[in-house]
Amino acid sequence: MNIKYMNPYLAGFFLGLVLLATIFLTGRGLGASGAVKDLTIAISDAVAPRQTESNPFFGQYAGPGKENPLKSWLVFEIVGVLIGGFISGLVSDRLKVVTESGPRVKPKARWVFAAIGGALFGIGAQFTRGCTSGAALSGMAVLSTAGFIALLSIFGTGYLVAYFGRKLWI
Amino acid sequence: MGPFVPDLISDQLNLVVALLLGIAFGFVLEQAGFSSSRRLAGVFYGYDFTVLRVFFTAAVTAMSGVLILGHFGMLDTDVIYVNPTWLLPGIVGGVIMGVGFIIGGYCPGTSVCAAAIGKVDAMFFVGGGLLGVYAFGELFPLYDKFYTSTSLGPVKVFDSLGMSQGLFTFLLIVMAVAAFAVTTIIEKRVDKESAPSLQFKPVKHAVVGSFAVLLGVIFIFMPDHKSGLIERVSGQAYAAVHPVQKMDADELAFRIVDHESNIRIIDIRSPLDFGLLSLPGSYNVQRNDLFGKDWVATFSRRHLKKVVVGDNEEDERTAYYLLHELGYENLAILRGGMGAFKRTILDSNVFVPTGSRWDGDVRDFRVNARTTILKMIAEAKNKPAKAIVKRKIQGGC
Repeated sequence: MNIKYMNPYLAGFFLGLVLLATIFLTGRGLGASGAVKDLTIAISDAVAPRQTESNPFFGQYAGPGKENPLKSWLVFEIVGVLIGGFISGLVSDRLKVVTESGPRVKPKARWVFAAIGGALFGIGAQFTRGCTSGAALSGMAVLSTAGFIALLSIFGTGYLVAYFGRKLWI
Repeated sequence: MGPFVPDLISDQLNLVVALLLGIAFGFVLEQAGFSSSRRLAGVFYGYDFTVLRVFFTAAVTAMSGVLILGHFGMLDTDVIYVNPTWLLPGIVGGVIMGVGFIIGGYCPGTSVCAAAIGKVDAMFFVGGGLLGVYAFGELFPLYDKFYTSTSLGPVKVFDSLGMSQGLFTFLLIVMAVAAFAVTTIIEKRVDKESAPSLQFKPVKHAVVGSFAVLLGVIFIFMPDHKSGLIERVSGQAYAAVHPVQKMDADELAFRIVDHESNIRIIDIRSPLDFGLLSLPGSYNVQRNDLFGKDWVATFSRRHLKKVVVGDNEEDERTAYYLLHELGYENLAILRGGMGAFKRTILDSNVFVPTGSRWDGDVRDFRVNARTTILKMIAEAKNKPAKAIVKRKIQGGC
Protein backbone atom coordinates (compact mmCIF):
# COMPACT_ATOMS: atom_id res chain seq x y z
CA MET A 1 0.00 0.00 0.00
CA ASN A 2 1.29 3.44 -0.89
CA ILE A 3 0.57 6.18 1.59
CA LYS A 4 -0.25 9.40 -0.22
CA TYR A 5 2.55 11.89 -0.76
CA MET A 6 2.64 15.10 1.20
CA ASN A 7 0.88 18.17 -0.15
CA PRO A 8 3.50 19.58 -2.55
CA TYR A 9 3.27 23.13 -1.22
CA LEU A 10 3.70 21.92 2.34
CA ALA A 11 6.60 19.72 1.24
CA GLY A 12 8.11 22.68 -0.59
CA PHE A 13 7.74 24.82 2.50
CA PHE A 14 9.53 22.22 4.61
CA LEU A 15 12.21 21.79 1.95
CA GLY A 16 12.68 25.57 1.99
CA LEU A 17 13.01 25.52 5.76
CA VAL A 18 15.65 22.78 5.58
CA LEU A 19 17.58 24.84 3.04
CA LEU A 20 17.16 27.99 5.14
CA ALA A 21 18.41 26.15 8.22
CA THR A 22 21.41 24.99 6.19
CA ILE A 23 22.25 28.52 5.10
CA PHE A 24 21.62 29.93 8.57
CA LEU A 25 23.77 27.35 10.36
CA THR A 26 26.56 26.72 7.89
CA GLY A 27 26.46 29.64 5.46
CA ARG A 28 26.23 27.31 2.44
CA GLY A 29 23.45 25.57 0.58
CA LEU A 30 22.45 21.98 -0.03
CA GLY A 31 23.81 19.95 -2.93
CA ALA A 32 24.08 16.56 -4.50
CA SER A 33 26.28 16.42 -7.59
CA GLY A 34 29.29 17.52 -5.55
CA ALA A 35 29.04 14.33 -3.54
CA VAL A 36 28.92 12.27 -6.75
CA LYS A 37 32.05 14.10 -7.89
CA ASP A 38 33.81 13.44 -4.56
CA LEU A 39 32.90 9.76 -4.72
CA THR A 40 34.14 9.50 -8.31
CA ILE A 41 37.44 11.10 -7.39
CA ALA A 42 37.82 8.89 -4.32
CA ILE A 43 37.22 5.73 -6.39
CA SER A 44 39.51 6.90 -9.15
CA ASP A 45 42.19 7.83 -6.62
CA ALA A 46 41.94 4.43 -4.95
CA VAL A 47 42.19 2.51 -8.26
CA ALA A 48 44.73 4.64 -10.10
CA PRO A 49 46.25 7.28 -7.83
CA ARG A 50 48.95 8.39 -10.28
CA GLN A 51 46.60 9.05 -13.16
CA THR A 52 44.04 10.71 -10.89
CA GLU A 53 46.52 13.12 -9.38
CA SER A 54 48.04 14.04 -12.72
CA ASN A 55 44.62 14.68 -14.25
CA PRO A 56 44.19 18.45 -14.43
CA PHE A 57 40.59 18.30 -13.18
CA PHE A 58 40.76 15.56 -10.54
CA GLY A 59 44.22 16.72 -9.46
CA GLN A 60 42.66 19.81 -7.90
CA TYR A 61 40.86 17.58 -5.41
CA ALA A 62 43.12 14.56 -4.89
CA GLY A 63 46.73 14.05 -4.05
CA PRO A 64 49.24 14.34 -1.25
CA GLY A 65 48.41 16.99 1.31
CA LYS A 66 44.79 17.14 0.23
CA GLU A 67 41.93 16.07 2.43
CA ASN A 68 40.32 12.76 1.53
CA PRO A 69 37.60 13.66 -1.01
CA LEU A 70 35.11 11.59 0.98
CA LYS A 71 35.57 13.79 4.03
CA SER A 72 33.53 16.54 2.46
CA TRP A 73 30.43 18.35 3.59
CA LEU A 74 28.37 17.14 0.64
CA VAL A 75 29.34 13.48 1.07
CA PHE A 76 28.12 13.57 4.66
CA GLU A 77 25.00 15.41 3.56
CA ILE A 78 24.24 12.87 0.82
CA VAL A 79 24.69 9.97 3.25
CA GLY A 80 22.07 11.82 5.28
CA VAL A 81 19.81 12.00 2.21
CA LEU A 82 20.09 8.20 1.87
CA ILE A 83 19.15 7.75 5.51
CA GLY A 84 16.39 10.37 5.41
CA GLY A 85 14.91 8.96 2.21
CA PHE A 86 14.99 5.47 3.68
CA ILE A 87 13.25 6.60 6.89
CA SER A 88 10.59 8.36 4.87
CA GLY A 89 10.06 5.28 2.72
CA LEU A 90 9.82 3.20 5.88
CA VAL A 91 7.23 5.33 7.63
CA SER A 92 5.17 5.77 4.45
CA ASP A 93 5.47 2.10 3.50
CA ARG A 94 7.15 2.70 0.16
CA LEU A 95 10.26 0.54 0.56
CA LYS A 96 10.29 -1.79 -2.41
CA VAL A 97 12.91 -2.93 -4.90
CA VAL A 98 11.32 -1.92 -8.16
CA THR A 99 12.11 -0.32 -11.49
CA GLU A 100 9.89 2.55 -12.38
CA SER A 101 9.41 3.46 -16.01
CA GLY A 102 6.99 4.93 -18.50
CA PRO A 103 4.22 2.64 -19.82
CA ARG A 104 6.07 1.77 -23.03
CA VAL A 105 9.56 1.22 -21.63
CA LYS A 106 10.88 -2.18 -20.54
CA PRO A 107 12.86 -2.26 -17.25
CA LYS A 108 16.21 -3.11 -18.90
CA ALA A 109 15.85 -0.26 -21.37
CA ARG A 110 14.90 2.00 -18.48
CA TRP A 111 18.15 1.10 -16.70
CA VAL A 112 20.16 2.10 -19.73
CA PHE A 113 18.31 5.40 -20.11
CA ALA A 114 18.64 6.14 -16.40
CA ALA A 115 22.39 5.55 -16.58
CA ILE A 116 22.70 7.81 -19.64
CA GLY A 117 20.68 10.51 -17.89
CA GLY A 118 22.87 10.17 -14.82
CA ALA A 119 26.02 10.46 -16.93
CA LEU A 120 24.70 13.61 -18.61
CA PHE A 121 24.00 15.08 -15.17
CA GLY A 122 27.49 14.09 -14.07
CA ILE A 123 28.98 15.99 -16.99
CA GLY A 124 26.62 18.96 -16.98
CA ALA A 125 26.90 19.54 -13.25
CA GLN A 126 30.65 20.08 -13.60
CA PHE A 127 30.19 22.84 -16.17
CA THR A 128 27.42 24.48 -14.14
CA ARG A 129 29.21 23.84 -10.81
CA GLY A 130 26.18 22.15 -9.40
CA CYS A 131 22.94 20.42 -10.26
CA THR A 132 19.29 21.07 -9.54
CA SER A 133 20.00 21.15 -5.79
CA GLY A 134 23.38 22.81 -5.45
CA ALA A 135 23.21 25.24 -8.35
CA ALA A 136 19.52 25.87 -9.07
CA LEU A 137 17.73 25.55 -5.71
CA SER A 138 20.50 26.69 -3.35
CA GLY A 139 21.67 29.28 -5.87
CA MET A 140 18.18 30.76 -6.13
CA ALA A 141 17.80 30.92 -2.36
CA VAL A 142 20.75 33.32 -2.11
CA LEU A 143 19.58 35.15 -5.27
CA SER A 144 22.72 34.28 -7.21
CA THR A 145 22.65 34.80 -10.96
CA ALA A 146 24.21 31.36 -11.36
CA GLY A 147 21.20 29.77 -9.66
CA PHE A 148 18.69 31.30 -12.04
CA ILE A 149 20.81 30.45 -15.08
CA ALA A 150 20.94 26.85 -13.90
CA LEU A 151 17.18 26.77 -13.33
CA LEU A 152 16.30 28.25 -16.72
CA SER A 153 18.79 26.19 -18.69
CA ILE A 154 17.92 22.86 -17.04
CA PHE A 155 14.14 23.20 -17.13
CA GLY A 156 14.09 25.23 -20.36
CA THR A 157 16.02 22.49 -22.14
CA GLY A 158 13.82 19.88 -20.51
CA TYR A 159 10.74 21.45 -22.08
CA LEU A 160 12.47 21.92 -25.45
CA VAL A 161 13.49 18.29 -25.75
CA ALA A 162 10.50 16.78 -23.91
CA TYR A 163 8.76 16.10 -27.22
CA PHE A 164 11.59 13.85 -28.39
CA GLY A 165 11.59 11.91 -25.16
CA ARG A 166 7.82 11.53 -24.88
CA LYS A 167 7.85 7.80 -25.62
CA LEU A 168 9.91 7.28 -22.51
CA TRP A 169 7.22 8.68 -20.24
CA ILE A 170 3.74 8.81 -21.81
CA MET B 1 24.19 36.15 14.21
CA GLY B 2 24.38 33.32 11.71
CA PRO B 3 26.07 31.62 10.02
CA PHE B 4 27.79 29.68 12.80
CA VAL B 5 30.60 28.20 10.72
CA PRO B 6 33.49 28.38 11.53
CA ASP B 7 33.29 30.06 14.94
CA LEU B 8 30.52 28.18 16.73
CA ILE B 9 30.39 25.13 14.48
CA SER B 10 33.86 23.70 13.91
CA ASP B 11 34.83 21.94 10.68
CA GLN B 12 34.41 18.55 12.32
CA LEU B 13 31.04 19.35 13.85
CA ASN B 14 29.98 20.81 10.50
CA LEU B 15 30.15 17.30 9.01
CA VAL B 16 27.72 16.05 11.66
CA VAL B 17 25.48 19.02 10.91
CA ALA B 18 25.72 18.07 7.21
CA LEU B 19 24.57 14.54 7.99
CA LEU B 20 21.60 15.77 10.04
CA LEU B 21 20.56 18.35 7.46
CA GLY B 22 20.94 15.68 4.77
CA ILE B 23 18.56 13.39 6.66
CA ALA B 24 15.98 16.17 6.76
CA PHE B 25 16.61 16.92 3.08
CA GLY B 26 16.20 13.28 2.05
CA PHE B 27 13.11 12.81 4.20
CA VAL B 28 11.33 15.83 2.73
CA LEU B 29 12.32 14.91 -0.85
CA GLU B 30 10.87 11.44 -0.41
CA GLN B 31 7.69 12.70 1.27
CA ALA B 32 7.23 15.15 -1.59
CA GLY B 33 7.26 12.29 -4.09
CA PHE B 34 10.65 13.10 -5.59
CA SER B 35 11.62 9.46 -5.31
CA SER B 36 9.46 8.70 -8.34
CA SER B 37 10.91 9.31 -11.79
CA ARG B 38 7.48 9.24 -13.42
CA ARG B 39 6.35 11.96 -11.09
CA LEU B 40 9.48 14.02 -11.75
CA ALA B 41 9.17 13.65 -15.52
CA GLY B 42 5.51 14.62 -15.29
CA VAL B 43 6.47 18.26 -15.00
CA PHE B 44 7.60 18.17 -18.63
CA TYR B 45 4.48 16.43 -19.94
CA GLY B 46 1.79 18.24 -17.99
CA TYR B 47 0.40 15.27 -16.10
CA ASP B 48 2.06 16.08 -12.77
CA PHE B 49 3.42 19.47 -11.72
CA THR B 50 4.52 18.34 -8.26
CA VAL B 51 8.15 19.18 -9.01
CA LEU B 52 7.33 22.74 -9.93
CA ARG B 53 5.18 23.22 -6.85
CA VAL B 54 7.70 21.80 -4.42
CA PHE B 55 10.68 23.42 -6.10
CA PHE B 56 9.30 26.93 -6.35
CA THR B 57 7.74 26.87 -2.89
CA ALA B 58 11.07 25.75 -1.45
CA ALA B 59 13.02 28.39 -3.35
CA VAL B 60 10.63 31.18 -2.33
CA THR B 61 10.57 30.00 1.30
CA ALA B 62 14.35 29.84 1.62
CA MET B 63 14.85 33.10 -0.28
CA SER B 64 12.30 34.93 1.89
CA GLY B 65 13.87 33.48 5.00
CA VAL B 66 17.31 34.68 3.98
CA LEU B 67 15.93 38.18 3.32
CA ILE B 68 14.03 38.32 6.59
CA LEU B 69 16.91 37.00 8.71
CA GLY B 70 19.23 39.42 6.93
CA HIS B 71 16.86 42.32 7.53
CA PHE B 72 16.78 41.71 11.26
CA GLY B 73 20.53 41.28 11.41
CA MET B 74 20.31 37.63 12.38
CA LEU B 75 22.19 36.37 9.34
CA ASP B 76 25.26 38.01 7.86
CA THR B 77 24.35 37.82 4.18
CA ASP B 78 27.80 39.08 3.21
CA VAL B 79 29.60 35.95 4.30
CA ILE B 80 27.21 33.26 3.12
CA TYR B 81 28.19 31.40 -0.02
CA VAL B 82 26.81 32.91 -3.20
CA ASN B 83 27.29 30.61 -6.17
CA PRO B 84 29.69 32.32 -8.59
CA THR B 85 28.56 32.63 -12.19
CA TRP B 86 30.39 31.21 -15.18
CA LEU B 87 27.91 32.32 -17.80
CA LEU B 88 28.54 30.10 -20.84
CA PRO B 89 29.70 26.97 -19.02
CA GLY B 90 26.68 27.41 -16.74
CA ILE B 91 24.27 27.45 -19.66
CA VAL B 92 25.96 24.58 -21.50
CA GLY B 93 25.96 22.47 -18.33
CA GLY B 94 22.30 23.29 -17.77
CA VAL B 95 21.41 22.23 -21.31
CA ILE B 96 23.26 18.93 -20.85
CA MET B 97 21.46 18.38 -17.54
CA GLY B 98 18.10 19.27 -19.11
CA VAL B 99 18.57 16.49 -21.68
CA GLY B 100 19.71 14.21 -18.87
CA PHE B 101 16.52 14.96 -16.95
CA ILE B 102 14.27 13.88 -19.84
CA ILE B 103 16.28 10.73 -20.55
CA GLY B 104 17.07 9.78 -16.97
CA GLY B 105 13.98 10.99 -15.13
CA TYR B 106 15.94 12.07 -12.05
CA CYS B 107 18.39 14.68 -10.94
CA PRO B 108 21.29 13.72 -8.66
CA GLY B 109 19.60 14.58 -5.33
CA THR B 110 16.35 12.86 -6.15
CA SER B 111 18.14 9.80 -7.56
CA VAL B 112 19.94 9.22 -4.27
CA CYS B 113 16.64 9.61 -2.44
CA ALA B 114 14.90 7.18 -4.81
CA ALA B 115 17.75 4.68 -4.59
CA ALA B 116 17.31 4.76 -0.81
CA ILE B 117 13.79 3.30 -1.10
CA GLY B 118 14.80 0.66 -3.59
CA LYS B 119 14.28 2.17 -7.05
CA VAL B 120 16.62 0.19 -9.31
CA ASP B 121 16.50 2.78 -12.10
CA ALA B 122 17.70 5.39 -9.62
CA MET B 123 20.66 3.20 -8.73
CA PHE B 124 21.58 3.05 -12.41
CA PHE B 125 21.23 6.84 -12.56
CA VAL B 126 23.69 7.26 -9.67
CA GLY B 127 26.11 4.83 -11.34
CA GLY B 128 25.79 6.77 -14.57
CA GLY B 129 26.54 9.94 -12.65
CA LEU B 130 29.85 8.51 -11.45
CA LEU B 131 30.76 7.58 -15.04
CA GLY B 132 29.75 11.03 -16.22
CA VAL B 133 32.00 12.81 -13.75
CA TYR B 134 34.82 10.43 -14.66
CA ALA B 135 34.34 11.10 -18.37
CA PHE B 136 34.28 14.83 -17.72
CA GLY B 137 37.59 14.61 -15.88
CA GLU B 138 39.25 12.41 -18.49
CA LEU B 139 38.26 14.74 -21.32
CA PHE B 140 38.95 17.88 -19.29
CA PRO B 141 41.87 19.12 -21.46
CA LEU B 142 39.42 19.45 -24.39
CA TYR B 143 37.48 22.20 -22.63
CA ASP B 144 39.59 23.42 -19.72
CA LYS B 145 39.66 26.95 -21.17
CA PHE B 146 35.92 26.97 -21.74
CA TYR B 147 35.33 25.61 -18.22
CA THR B 148 36.70 28.79 -16.63
CA SER B 149 35.53 31.23 -19.31
CA THR B 150 32.99 34.06 -18.90
CA SER B 151 33.53 34.19 -15.16
CA LEU B 152 31.40 36.89 -13.53
CA GLY B 153 32.08 36.06 -9.88
CA PRO B 154 29.39 35.79 -7.19
CA VAL B 155 26.95 38.19 -8.84
CA LYS B 156 23.39 38.58 -7.61
CA VAL B 157 20.53 38.15 -10.02
CA PHE B 158 18.82 41.46 -9.18
CA ASP B 159 22.07 43.31 -9.92
CA SER B 160 22.39 41.45 -13.22
CA LEU B 161 18.86 42.56 -14.09
CA GLY B 162 19.37 46.07 -12.73
CA MET B 163 16.59 46.11 -10.17
CA SER B 164 16.34 46.17 -6.40
CA GLN B 165 16.49 43.00 -4.34
CA GLY B 166 12.99 43.56 -2.97
CA LEU B 167 11.39 44.18 -6.35
CA PHE B 168 13.00 41.08 -7.83
CA THR B 169 11.78 38.91 -4.96
CA PHE B 170 8.29 40.34 -5.31
CA LEU B 171 8.21 39.61 -9.05
CA LEU B 172 9.50 36.10 -8.47
CA ILE B 173 6.80 35.38 -5.89
CA VAL B 174 4.12 36.70 -8.26
CA MET B 175 5.52 34.51 -11.03
CA ALA B 176 5.57 31.47 -8.77
CA VAL B 177 1.97 31.97 -7.63
CA ALA B 178 0.86 32.55 -11.24
CA ALA B 179 2.72 29.43 -12.34
CA PHE B 180 0.99 27.42 -9.60
CA ALA B 181 -2.42 28.57 -10.81
CA VAL B 182 -1.75 28.02 -14.53
CA THR B 183 -0.15 24.60 -14.09
CA THR B 184 -3.06 23.43 -11.97
CA ILE B 185 -5.40 24.21 -14.86
CA ILE B 186 -3.10 22.46 -17.37
CA GLU B 187 -2.75 19.42 -15.14
CA LYS B 188 -6.51 18.99 -14.81
CA ARG B 189 -6.96 19.25 -18.58
CA VAL B 190 -4.21 16.74 -19.39
CA ASP B 191 -5.42 14.16 -16.94
CA LYS B 192 -8.99 14.60 -15.74
CA GLU B 193 -9.03 11.51 -13.52
CA SER B 194 -5.82 11.45 -11.58
CA ALA B 195 -4.28 14.92 -11.68
CA PRO B 196 -2.67 15.45 -8.26
CA SER B 197 -4.17 18.92 -8.06
CA LEU B 198 -7.71 17.53 -7.98
CA GLN B 199 -7.35 17.14 -4.22
CA PHE B 200 -6.58 20.85 -3.70
CA LYS B 201 -9.18 23.16 -2.22
CA PRO B 202 -9.12 26.26 -4.47
CA VAL B 203 -10.19 28.75 -1.77
CA LYS B 204 -7.50 27.67 0.65
CA HIS B 205 -4.86 27.94 -2.06
CA ALA B 206 -6.06 31.35 -3.14
CA VAL B 207 -5.70 32.58 0.44
CA VAL B 208 -2.18 31.21 0.82
CA GLY B 209 -1.25 32.56 -2.62
CA SER B 210 -2.47 36.04 -1.73
CA PHE B 211 -0.53 35.88 1.50
CA ALA B 212 2.65 35.04 -0.44
CA VAL B 213 2.11 37.98 -2.79
CA LEU B 214 1.52 40.26 0.21
CA LEU B 215 4.82 39.09 1.65
CA GLY B 216 6.40 40.01 -1.68
CA VAL B 217 4.98 43.52 -1.43
CA ILE B 218 6.58 43.88 2.01
CA PHE B 219 9.92 42.85 0.49
CA ILE B 220 9.77 45.75 -1.97
CA PHE B 221 9.78 48.22 0.90
CA MET B 222 12.00 46.28 3.26
CA PRO B 223 15.56 47.58 3.13
CA ASP B 224 18.31 45.14 3.93
CA HIS B 225 19.67 45.30 7.45
CA LYS B 226 22.72 47.39 6.63
CA SER B 227 21.17 50.13 4.54
CA GLY B 228 18.25 50.26 6.97
CA LEU B 229 20.51 50.77 9.95
CA ILE B 230 22.74 53.30 8.21
CA GLU B 231 19.70 55.27 7.16
CA ARG B 232 18.30 55.24 10.69
CA VAL B 233 21.45 56.44 12.40
CA SER B 234 22.08 59.11 9.75
CA GLY B 235 18.78 60.82 10.51
CA GLN B 236 18.45 64.03 12.52
CA ALA B 237 15.93 62.44 14.86
CA TYR B 238 18.40 59.78 15.89
CA ALA B 239 21.23 62.25 16.46
CA ALA B 240 18.95 64.46 18.58
CA VAL B 241 18.50 61.81 21.25
CA HIS B 242 21.91 60.16 21.01
CA PRO B 243 24.75 62.40 22.18
CA VAL B 244 28.24 61.35 21.17
CA GLN B 245 31.35 61.51 23.26
CA LYS B 246 34.05 63.59 21.64
CA MET B 247 37.77 63.41 22.21
CA ASP B 248 40.02 66.40 21.59
CA ALA B 249 43.01 66.10 19.31
CA ASP B 250 45.21 66.92 22.31
CA GLU B 251 43.81 64.08 24.38
CA LEU B 252 44.18 61.61 21.52
CA ALA B 253 47.73 62.80 20.90
CA PHE B 254 48.51 62.40 24.59
CA ARG B 255 47.21 58.84 24.60
CA ILE B 256 49.16 57.98 21.47
CA VAL B 257 52.39 59.46 22.81
CA ASP B 258 51.75 57.64 26.06
CA HIS B 259 51.47 54.32 24.12
CA GLU B 260 48.24 53.71 25.93
CA SER B 261 47.20 50.10 25.42
CA ASN B 262 43.51 50.52 26.16
CA ILE B 263 42.77 52.55 23.09
CA ARG B 264 41.72 51.45 19.60
CA ILE B 265 41.68 54.00 16.81
CA ILE B 266 39.16 53.13 14.11
CA ASP B 267 39.97 55.07 10.96
CA ILE B 268 36.98 55.10 8.62
CA ARG B 269 38.61 57.16 5.87
CA SER B 270 39.30 55.74 2.42
CA PRO B 271 42.21 53.30 2.15
CA LEU B 272 43.94 55.87 -0.08
CA ASP B 273 43.89 58.64 2.55
CA PHE B 274 44.74 56.09 5.20
CA GLY B 275 47.78 55.05 3.18
CA LEU B 276 48.97 58.64 2.87
CA LEU B 277 48.70 59.49 6.54
CA SER B 278 47.35 57.51 9.43
CA LEU B 279 47.66 57.60 13.18
CA PRO B 280 50.00 55.07 14.78
CA GLY B 281 48.29 51.79 15.58
CA SER B 282 45.03 52.73 13.91
CA TYR B 283 42.81 50.31 12.06
CA ASN B 284 41.39 51.22 8.67
CA VAL B 285 37.80 49.97 8.53
CA GLN B 286 35.29 51.03 5.91
CA ARG B 287 31.91 51.91 7.34
CA ASN B 288 30.13 48.96 5.74
CA ASP B 289 32.72 46.56 7.08
CA LEU B 290 31.84 47.44 10.67
CA PHE B 291 28.97 44.96 10.38
CA GLY B 292 29.60 41.30 10.81
CA LYS B 293 31.99 39.45 12.97
CA ASP B 294 35.33 40.39 11.40
CA TRP B 295 36.12 43.11 13.93
CA VAL B 296 34.46 41.70 17.01
CA ALA B 297 37.66 40.20 18.38
CA THR B 298 39.56 43.44 17.94
CA PHE B 299 37.05 45.95 19.22
CA SER B 300 34.54 44.19 21.43
CA ARG B 301 36.23 44.42 24.81
CA ARG B 302 34.48 47.01 26.91
CA HIS B 303 37.49 48.52 28.64
CA LEU B 304 39.00 49.50 25.29
CA LYS B 305 38.26 53.07 24.28
CA LYS B 306 37.28 53.07 20.62
CA VAL B 307 38.01 56.38 18.92
CA VAL B 308 36.47 56.88 15.49
CA VAL B 309 38.60 58.97 13.15
CA GLY B 310 37.19 60.26 9.90
CA ASP B 311 37.36 63.12 7.42
CA ASN B 312 34.72 65.06 9.34
CA GLU B 313 32.57 64.77 12.42
CA GLU B 314 29.50 63.79 10.45
CA ASP B 315 31.12 60.64 9.03
CA GLU B 316 32.52 59.86 12.44
CA ARG B 317 29.14 60.27 14.05
CA THR B 318 27.46 57.79 11.68
CA ALA B 319 30.16 55.20 12.32
CA TYR B 320 29.89 55.89 16.06
CA TYR B 321 26.14 55.28 16.01
CA LEU B 322 26.57 52.15 13.92
CA LEU B 323 29.10 50.76 16.37
CA HIS B 324 26.74 51.67 19.19
CA GLU B 325 23.81 49.90 17.49
CA LEU B 326 26.01 46.88 16.82
CA GLY B 327 26.62 46.60 20.54
CA TYR B 328 30.08 48.11 20.94
CA GLU B 329 30.59 50.25 24.06
CA ASN B 330 33.03 52.90 25.27
CA LEU B 331 33.15 54.88 22.05
CA ALA B 332 34.30 58.36 21.12
CA ILE B 333 34.84 60.43 18.01
CA LEU B 334 37.75 62.71 17.26
CA ARG B 335 36.60 66.31 17.62
CA GLY B 336 36.90 68.08 14.28
CA GLY B 337 37.95 64.92 12.45
CA MET B 338 41.38 64.10 11.11
CA GLY B 339 41.71 67.66 9.79
CA ALA B 340 41.66 69.08 13.30
CA PHE B 341 44.28 66.59 14.43
CA LYS B 342 46.54 67.57 11.55
CA ARG B 343 46.08 71.27 12.24
CA THR B 344 46.64 71.20 15.98
CA ILE B 345 49.22 68.45 16.33
CA LEU B 346 50.91 67.36 13.15
CA ASP B 347 51.36 70.60 11.21
CA SER B 348 53.95 72.98 12.59
CA ASN B 349 51.49 75.85 12.87
CA VAL B 350 52.24 78.67 15.23
CA PHE B 351 50.47 78.10 18.54
CA VAL B 352 47.59 80.50 19.03
CA PRO B 353 47.35 81.45 22.72
CA THR B 354 43.88 81.10 24.21
CA GLY B 355 44.58 83.21 27.27
CA SER B 356 44.49 80.20 29.58
CA ARG B 357 47.20 79.87 32.20
CA TRP B 358 48.08 76.44 30.75
CA ASP B 359 48.95 77.92 27.32
CA GLY B 360 52.64 77.38 27.81
CA ASP B 361 52.23 73.71 28.79
CA VAL B 362 49.88 73.05 25.87
CA ARG B 363 52.35 74.57 23.43
CA ASP B 364 55.23 72.50 24.78
CA PHE B 365 53.11 69.36 24.76
CA ARG B 366 52.09 69.87 21.12
CA VAL B 367 55.65 70.43 19.99
CA ASN B 368 56.74 67.23 21.70
CA ALA B 369 53.73 65.30 20.52
CA ARG B 370 54.34 66.33 16.92
CA THR B 371 57.91 65.01 16.90
CA THR B 372 57.00 61.81 18.69
CA ILE B 373 53.92 61.02 16.61
CA LEU B 374 55.58 61.85 13.29
CA LYS B 375 58.39 59.52 14.30
CA MET B 376 55.91 56.79 15.20
CA ILE B 377 54.15 57.24 11.88
CA ALA B 378 57.43 56.99 10.00
CA GLU B 379 58.32 53.81 11.89
CA ALA B 380 54.90 52.32 11.24
CA LYS B 381 55.30 52.92 7.51
CA ASN B 382 58.08 50.36 7.43
CA LYS B 383 55.92 47.72 9.05
CA PRO B 384 53.26 45.85 7.14
CA ALA B 385 49.80 47.26 7.72
CA LYS B 386 47.42 45.47 10.02
CA ALA B 387 44.92 43.59 7.98
CA ILE B 388 42.00 41.43 8.95
CA VAL B 389 41.20 38.60 6.60
CA LYS B 390 37.55 38.82 5.70
CA ARG B 391 35.55 35.71 6.43
CA LYS B 392 34.10 33.95 3.40
CA ILE B 393 32.44 30.59 3.47
CA GLN B 394 33.24 27.96 0.87
CA GLY B 395 30.41 26.03 -0.64
CA GLY B 396 29.00 24.72 -3.86
CA CYS B 397 29.04 21.35 -5.50
